Amino acid sequence: MVILISLLVLGVIGCLAAVILYFIAQKFKVDEDPRIDQVEEVLPGANCGGCGFPGCRGMAEACVKASSLDGLLCPVGGQDVMQKIAGILGMEAAASDPKIAVVRCNGTCDARPKTSTYDGPKSCAVAASAFAGETGCVFGCIGLGDCVEACQFDAIHINTETGLPEVDESKCVACGACAKACPKLVIELRKKGRLVKEQHRRLWVECVNKDKGGVARKACLNACIGCGKCQKVCKFDAITVENNLAYIDPEKCKACGMCFNECPTHAIHASFDVPKPRPKTETAEAPKAAAPAATAEAPKAEAPKVETVKAEAPKAEATKVETVKAEAPKAEAPKAETPAATAEAQTAEAQTAEKEVKVEPKTQE
Amino acid sequence: MKTFRMGGVHPAANKLSAGVAIRPADIPEVVAIPMAQNLGAPSKPVVAKGDKVKVGTVIAEPGGFLSSYIHSSVSGTVDKIDSVPDATGKKVPAVFIKVEGDEWEESIDRSATVERQLKITDPKELVDRIFKSGIVGMGGATFPTQVKLAPPPGMKCEVVIINAVECEPYLTSDHSLMLEHAEEILVGVTALMRAMQVERAIIGIEANKPDAIALMTEKASTFSGITIQPLKLKYPQGGEKQLIDACIGKQVPSGGLPIATGALVQNVGTAFAVYQAVQKNKPLFERIVTVTGKSLKQPSNFLARIGVPIANLIEAAGGLPEDTGKVISGGPMMGKAMPAVNSYMVKGCSGILIMPSAEAQRKEAQPCIRCAKCVDACPMGLSPLFISKYSQKHMWAEAEEERIYDCIECGSCSFTCPSHRPLLDWIRQGKGKVMGIMRQRAAEAKAKAEAEKAKAENK
Repeated sequence: MVILISLLVLGVIGCLAAVILYFIAQKFKVDEDPRIDQVEEVLPGANCGGCGFPGCRGMAEACVKASSLDGLLCPVGGQDVMQKIAGILGMEAAASDPKIAVVRCNGTCDARPKTSTYDGPKSCAVAASAFAGETGCVFGCIGLGDCVEACQFDAIHINTETGLPEVDESKCVACGACAKACPKLVIELRKKGRLVKEQHRRLWVECVNKDKGGVARKACLNACIGCGKCQKVCKFDAITVENNLAYIDPEKCKACGMCFNECPTHAIHASFDVPKPRPKTETAEAPKAAAPAATAEAPKAEAPKVETVKAEAPKAEATKVETVKAEAPKAEAPKAETPAATAEAQTAEAQTAEKEVKVEPKTQE
Repeated sequence: MKTFRMGGVHPAANKLSAGVAIRPADIPEVVAIPMAQNLGAPSKPVVAKGDKVKVGTVIAEPGGFLSSYIHSSVSGTVDKIDSVPDATGKKVPAVFIKVEGDEWEESIDRSATVERQLKITDPKELVDRIFKSGIVGMGGATFPTQVKLAPPPGMKCEVVIINAVECEPYLTSDHSLMLEHAEEILVGVTALMRAMQVERAIIGIEANKPDAIALMTEKASTFSGITIQPLKLKYPQGGEKQLIDACIGKQVPSGGLPIATGALVQNVGTAFAVYQAVQKNKPLFERIVTVTGKSLKQPSNFLARIGVPIANLIEAAGGLPEDTGKVISGGPMMGKAMPAVNSYMVKGCSGILIMPSAEAQRKEAQPCIRCAKCVDACPMGLSPLFISKYSQKHMWAEAEEERIYDCIECGSCSFTCPSHRPLLDWIRQGKGKVMGIMRQRAAEAKAKAEAEKAKAENK
């Protein structure tokens, strides 16, 4: 009996409350554009903040409020989602190129020797404020993985071999969280580039070192030395050299790969297989004869630098020459590789050969 | 014996170079004088390549309100203006001077006699002389002294407190200065009192320097208004806010200036520099620096010119020992580990500490066990365990609520943590961020208020 009464009382109270709440809800209802919900439905719901608004709801509100969709882009959903939103709102979606995060540092453990050891907390932000860095390069990647922690999409990871972060092209949505987290501003969002043979074509300078060429090179073998060769070779006026550092404008770059082949320190990174420069067959057969002419053409600033490096670490140089050779035309590769492997004296020969191959496209055109 | 009321720790003193006589460091062939030697804006060089300079010639002018003059520490020719690494390896511009002889500016009085009668008595002129002499806080903060001597309107200075605590382990530069130049320091304090127009000064000295306390007390009896206050041993007594609390029992309000308590704190080294500037017309171009370490052959106190390579000083103290783990600019508690021994002597460098590798390595951090030892140790009454976590998790609002901006970065929390957690590293990070947010908010509020004011006026 007691149970029945209590059930009854509670039931009545419940019903009464429901009725009251219904009317109150009707009375104080906030009028909201129903399209906000529709737009939010279309958005991916990652709440990454890549669009610049606090979460997907914020983006939806901004889209509904905006008079046109220019400048509004969901980096996760990309063009598809923006088209859908445009459909809901009856507007035109602005055309946009998909972007991707790129790491502008190639200071691998081998190329950039450590000069001190950091034993503080594993955070780039803390390390960056504490001191200049573990290596001679004050500008480059610290490698403690603040970007990895910032990424919600599992798209960036530290390669334990190089000590540098690598972006997974298939996962990166260009939300920019890693770029914001990086205290050295090493990560940049760039155009993904046009798709050719299943490869997105983009090129960027993999270095942010603003030191003078000699200083930069001493700190890191892969550093941009600001020699300006890439600037000269670029036909599209896409490259500027400022503060001893080259920068490729993604808007102007046509990804032809000329600069990639020209860079003496391999500081330019290409996301695709750059077509090899075609060497003249005669020179490939007789590298020695063409060597003096080639050296004369190379800017003076570069020549001694390469030699110094060799004097310091002949072994490292030998391997380096080999890697260079891998890029060089196949016909010549075996020839140059033998001297590099056998003796030091002959490395010099391989060197001239290498240089000569590089200058080749210039002479051809 | 007095001390500050809240928190504090007791690191081993290790004053290896205590009582070692000050000796002048050799002048090298080339000096590099960094242009960023004070808190605030770096100085602007006013010399060019090829210029002849003498000891005491102005080579750089203030680059802003919070900045100071820099004088040449040697005589010779300006070689170049280039960048050099500072103690943390970051590049700063510096003037390189090739040394030729040791010719001083004629205006400098090089005699050793102690001038007791103040040569400048007008407070304004005194501050101006201090400004022109390029004096900054010598305790390590390098706050331009002339700015500190001009309290904001509405604040009145009642007492000058001289910081002779030297609570950092290992360092003995202030101690040796007091033993060798007690009277000069007291004249400098008198000058500071005159500049602030106060009648009272307290010199706080920690109890582990009984010889300095005895000597200073004896000498101070002939100066009016100066008392020596022995203080109980506790780190960080040399912190400005802690020293005020210890000496006059007043607490600096949270977020407020120390002058709000009516006390003006200056370092004992600054007082000595003021003496030299006022009585001898000698600008600040050299200072006492302790070079010390357990495995160093000859822990020493050097009188070193600004711009001398740190490596030379270490060499003069017996050379870098083989088991060196870290070289620290400053003391072990607040100093900075140097990534390479390639920097140059600056005004704020009170010590170079060489730590053997066995001691230098940090222990691996363990999880926090909520023992609250850091809360007990914090001299500012903060909760380091929480604020370090907040800044690690980017919870800036919560960190601000817990007054992260009051942290004095003394490192007592990290020192006392049984789990070896890097508390201060994170707090320092968050403090910078939160203070940036606060400044931005203040600027926005100011801009908004001004816009509204302008709007009201237009109506």
